[in-house]
Amino acid sequence: MTDASHPMGLPSRYERPSALAFLGYAAAILIILWSFAGAGFSIEKVMSSPPRFADFIDRAFPPNLEPQVLARLGWKMLETLQIALAGAVIGIILSVPVALLAARGLIAPTWINQIVRTGLGFIRAVPDIAWALVFVVAVGLGPFAGMLAIAVDTIGFCGRFFADDMEAADKGPSESLTATGARKIDVVACATIPAAMPAFISTSLFATEKAVRSSTILGLVGAGGIGIELKVGFDLFDYPTAMTVILMIAVVVISIEYLSGWARTKIIGEQR
Amino acid sequence: MLATRSLITSSVTDLGVETLVAPARPDKTGAGTSAPVLPVDLRVTDLAKSFSGTPIFKDVSFGLSRGEAVAIVGANGTGKSTLLRCLMGLIPADAGVIDVLGTDVRNASGAQLRSMRAKMGLVSQKHNLVPRLSVLSNVVQGLLGQKPGVRHWSQSLAPAPSRDAAMTALEKVGLAHLASRRADRLSGGQSQRVAIARALVGDPKILIADEPTASLDPAAGEDVMDLFFKLARQEGVTVIFISHNINHALQYGDRVLGLADGGMPLDARAESLSAEKLRGLYD
Ligand SMILES: Nc1ncnc2c1ncn2[C@@H]1O[C@H](COP(=O)(O)OP(=O)(O)O)[C@@H](O)[C@H]1O
Ligand SMILES: [Mg+2]
Repeated sequence: MTDASHPMGLPSRYERPSALAFLGYAAAILIILWSFAGAGFSIEKVMSSPPRFADFIDRAFPPNLEPQVLARLGWKMLETLQIALAGAVIGIILSVPVALLAARGLIAPTWINQIVRTGLGFIRAVPDIAWALVFVVAVGLGPFAGMLAIAVDTIGFCGRFFADDMEAADKGPSESLTATGARKIDVVACATIPAAMPAFISTSLFATEKAVRSSTILGLVGAGGIGIELKVGFDLFDYPTAMTVILMIAVVVISIEYLSGWARTKIIGEQR
Repeated sequence: MLATRSLITSSVTDLGVETLVAPARPDKTGAGTSAPVLPVDLRVTDLAKSFSGTPIFKDVSFGLSRGEAVAIVGANGTGKSTLLRCLMGLIPADAGVIDVLGTDVRNASGAQLRSMRAKMGLVSQKHNLVPRLSVLSNVVQGLLGQKPGVRHWSQSLAPAPSRDAAMTALEKVGLAHLASRRADRLSGGQSQRVAIARALVGDPKILIADEPTASLDPAAGEDVMDLFFKLARQEGVTVIFISHNINHALQYGDRVLGLADGGMPLDARAESLSAEKLRGLYD
């Protein structure tokens, strides 16, 4: 209120950006505008899309709720969840040894950490749908290709975050066990992994959510699951069925997110 | 020789310290002559340690006879914990010689270090128990140095003699009734007693404690110190402990080592020191 009462002077509310920061902001804005141009952003299309969208909605509603279609989609959805779960579980299990090699200062020398982390970065950089395409080529059309794609995708995610979790875990117990003369591998098994376990569980639940989301579109490239129904629905202009698929996916994904959130508090909340 | 060195160190560091060390001179000579009688478990000569160019301490020398209890005092950040870590080979020292139970720590192989550590026990400032595992499993893991491998990861896999030994250690610290309780469901004092059991289960020759009472309230701290030294004396173990509590240092230590000014200017028998003098320097 009274500046006079602060001999050092009150700092101003807003700091004037430095010349360099100003250039940075200007560059960022230019890049964003440039991106809009590259993305073919067109006000006309935005303006004309509501009628077309309304047309789609109009043709898609009511969604196809015929019992035999629902049954077929239901089974396909179940297959989708099986792909997601099987892939996620295999991926999570394989991520543990991978993460042990990726975690700095744990059991592997730094150069191995670097190689493994780079490999994991590569796995993450390749989109799940691209992995599905690769595995369709490798093992043929069908859910197995999808499961492999999910497993690899999960390793890219969990391998990296499990490693981070172990690096961040409380070092106290492992130092105490090292001080008893325990081998590194025993210390990791007895102290590091248990200390990182809540984080592992949390990461694994996220990975499972991610796997369910991915598995719903793998069918687009013939890697099993409900995605194929979506593709067929649009290809045949059977919008009501496509709408049913979209709604089903939404319900399942939201339920899985809710379920995993509940499991997270249930498991970790209690164990903390 | 040791005495001469620390005297020189003290005279160049600080006058106040020298007056502290001076009365200890006869005692130290006494300790020097009695040293050949008792085997020396640990000897440190001219140890130096720095972290990325910042010197923590140098020219630190002292020895420990079998069964002796030595307190290390010093202000925060003088390198007490660092010194203990160097002794166990948990971090590398820069210079000097560390001999622990006949192992040349600075030149030992990984296997030699592990077999040396298997003859030592460590109790830290934090209990450092593995949460979510049972108390008994935590104590069984104290045997991992002597018996590496899966069977000592958990009490459920452990061979009968190891479970027995762990249970006996828990009985010694009076916590046998909590053997199957999860380690993260214990009070601070109980946790620290389990940590003592874990340190004792392998029958160590040297026990090391780094401010074992720092995270406890005073009453629990007294209990833990009493128990720790009762057991240490009972087993005839050599003890090094860091303490922030001057009274503990004088009460439980036969000798007090003081870290200050990047060195160890104080090495004196406890009975030659008074709490007031120590407090002035190290509180
Ligand atoms: N791993 C480390 N890396 C860098 N500096 C460290 C490390 N460990 C301790 N130090 C520094 O060394 C000094 C001594 O630490 P410490 O041995 O813990 O002191 P004390 O136990 O006497 O309080 C402190 O200044 C601390 O910040
Ligand atoms: Mg310390």
